[in-house]
Amino acid sequence: MSGKGMNLTLKIWRQKNAQSKGKMETYNVSGISEHMSFLEMLDVLNEQLINEGTEPVAFDHDCREGICGMCSLYINGEAHGPDRGVTTCQLHMRMFNDGDTIYIEPFRAKAFPVVKDLVVDRSAFDRIQHAGGFVSINTSGNTQDANAIPIPKADADKAFDAATCIGCGACVASCKNASAMLYVSAKVSQFALLPQGKIEAKERVLNMVEQMDEEGFGNCTNTGACEVECPKGISLENIARMNREYLSASITKES
Amino acid sequence: MKTSIARKVLMALSGLFLLLFLLQHFLINFLSVISPDSFNEVSHFMGTNPLIQFLMQPILIFGVVFHLGMGIYLERLNKKARNVKYAMNKPGTNSSWMSRNMIYTGLMVMAFLGLHFYDFWIPEITVKYVEGDMSGLLASGEFRYFHELQEKFHDPIRTGLYVVSFVFLMLHLLHGFQSAFQSVGFSHRKYTPIIKKLGNLYAIVIPLGFVFIAIFHYVSHL
Repeated sequence: MSGKGMNLTLKIWRQKNAQSKGKMETYNVSGISEHMSFLEMLDVLNEQLINEGTEPVAFDHDCREGICGMCSLYINGEAHGPDRGVTTCQLHMRMFNDGDTIYIEPFRAKAFPVVKDLVVDRSAFDRIQHAGGFVSINTSGNTQDANAIPIPKADADKAFDAATCIGCGACVASCKNASAMLYVSAKVSQFALLPQGKIEAKERVLNMVEQMDEEGFGNCTNTGACEVECPKGISLENIARMNREYLSASITKES
Repeated sequence: MKTSIARKVLMALSGLFLLLFLLQHFLINFLSVISPDSFNEVSHFMGTNPLIQFLMQPILIFGVVFHLGMGIYLERLNKKARNVKYAMNKPGTNSSWMSRNMIYTGLMVMAFLGLHFYDFWIPEITVKYVEGDMSGLLASGEFRYFHELQEKFHDPIRTGLYVVSFVFLMLHLLHGFQSAFQSVGFSHRKYTPIIKKLGNLYAIVIPLGFVFIAIFHYVSHL
């Protein structure tokens, strides 16, 4: 580690609660190690704020190892900051330089209302998932062994890739239209590719898309920003697959 | 029409239809460079054939109006989906300028269509359906189409406006062509890269071709 560490100017969105207006405020932190994660840097700031007797900055975090999808933050104009394929907890301070000014904002979307400071309500994603992101199974005790159904390796791999989506919402935050198409398409694809998921495929895609629209997310313009900013590298191919699934389901659905 | 995907698919299909129209428009215009006589004949056919005039032309106008109307409607919905803007945003790090500005390049193309209608379509309709002259001939007995085309490009300002408009069209198509395929659900590891290349080729060659035709007629009268 080099010497005293970094001195940084932080411009952070502060908002008391969902109803209040909120504004950007400026803070200074010093002695930040390049080995710290971005969230650890915020922990240092919060220690400092608590010692000064001011309200610490509220931000979402949980596992801090890039799995849970809880951390968010729009850092210097990008979801999860300037690095690629990482969540904010995996973003290292070595991506920044001594003397930098860093803008820290919540993920912005009408469907992701701010709860407090940098914390946003992403329960819209849960409601989309509830609308169809599951496979109904008989839990009578004699469930079939999953490995009894042969699945082509390529399909299994694609389904797995789609299933790595952690639902963090970086796609929505990065999209100029705050569209949730990448998230929803990943959740549709992980089932649509597997035989177990095919049974409910039509209702699933129709219901999930309907819920997505109801939540107030925007429309997809195929800019590809979501794919670039996604910490899990979810592919745009999933959006095309969802569009196909949706088209064929809406044409062939009964009733 | 009710869901986001249905709207995007219709946007894509109308866009693909307009791409086809643009190709035939370009091919016919290009005739004016290589053979004024053929250009006259094809123009006369297009301008007087009842199938083209009363079936294809209304479909085309509907396609243009639909693509414009849906584009504006989607833009309004999309703006509403993010009600608070970022204080610091770097969209250039993850997406192309063309993909983010389709509404603006599209509106510029529409503004151009206004001029284009004023230049060619309204006079054409006036001659044929108001004055009732379906002959397509000048007083001298020659076909009027090539003559009318050349006359329009005598004006350097108009020629310049056409050239600028085609640059906006190019920017619009650089994203639009490949985006339309994605919207209708076409994505393939082998074919999508080919479609993207084909899209870039189309988006550059066709507008530049139109620019060439405009400049050709401007220069040829000097």
